[in-house]
Amino acid sequence: MSTTRYLLIALTGGVGAITRFAVDGALRARWPGHFPWQTILINVTGSLLLGFLTGLVLFHAEPALLTAVLGTGFCGGYTTFSTASFETVRLVRDRAPLLAFANAIGTPLLSIAAAAAGLVLAHG
Amino acid sequence: MSRPVYRQPAALALVAVGGMAGTTVRALTAAALAVPPGHWPTATFTVNLVGAFILGMLLEAISSQDLLAHWALRFRLLLGTGFCGALTTYSTLAVEADLLIRSQHPVLAGTYVIASVLLGLIATAAGIWAGNLLGGRR
Repeated sequence: MSTTRYLLIALTGGVGAITRFAVDGALRARWPGHFPWQTILINVTGSLLLGFLTGLVLFHAEPALLTAVLGTGFCGGYTTFSTASFETVRLVRDRAPLLAFANAIGTPLLSIAAAAAGLVLAHG
Repeated sequence: MSRPVYRQPAALALVAVGGMAGTTVRALTAAALAVPPGHWPTATFTVNLVGAFILGMLLEAISSQDLLAHWALRFRLLLGTGFCGALTTYSTLAVEADLLIRSQHPVLAGTYVIASVLLGLIATAAGIWAGNLLGGRR
């Protein structure tokens, strides 16, 4: 990959990280609570978008640069695995095993379903 | 101090810089550890586990500090929210699982997702343990 390509990926990744920070902060300020549904929402919407972008490249031969920049960059920077994992551990430490289980199972299931829906949407 | 932290330009800048660095490391790892379709997604698997470990270590190491202490908050925004958040990804994990299912590898897809989630939790816990040592407690 060229330097320009990496630069574009880095920039959109930074935008994705800012978007996650702002969305998460705004949602938690308005609806505070114990269960981290804000992170689930971020991961699910990012997975839907990446599924759609991947579908555009797979089914409509859109340039792969689209998934590289918007997919690897924005969606990758926007969604997060480390925070989801940390929040599950935090719920375990807070003695909320059911919420921890719901977060650990719910995040991958909903994200995979959203990405599948994105792929189907792109298929048209 | 009037604005919430997620609307402060300095905080957003720290998240952006960390996010650009994390995204670049993830993209370089994806290029270095690329596998043909239908194979275990080594690159995503690796960055997710490494990022989970680092985030656990970071958040635990600074947890004893007053979060309003400037350096603790800056570390958290730059390395936690920015770097670890962008180094790791759930969207790529989800799409990779779907593509494995679509290419008739449902067992591989299931193993990949379950291993990522379980080992991610273990990596986070190991990071917290390491952060505890760094933070000088226990």
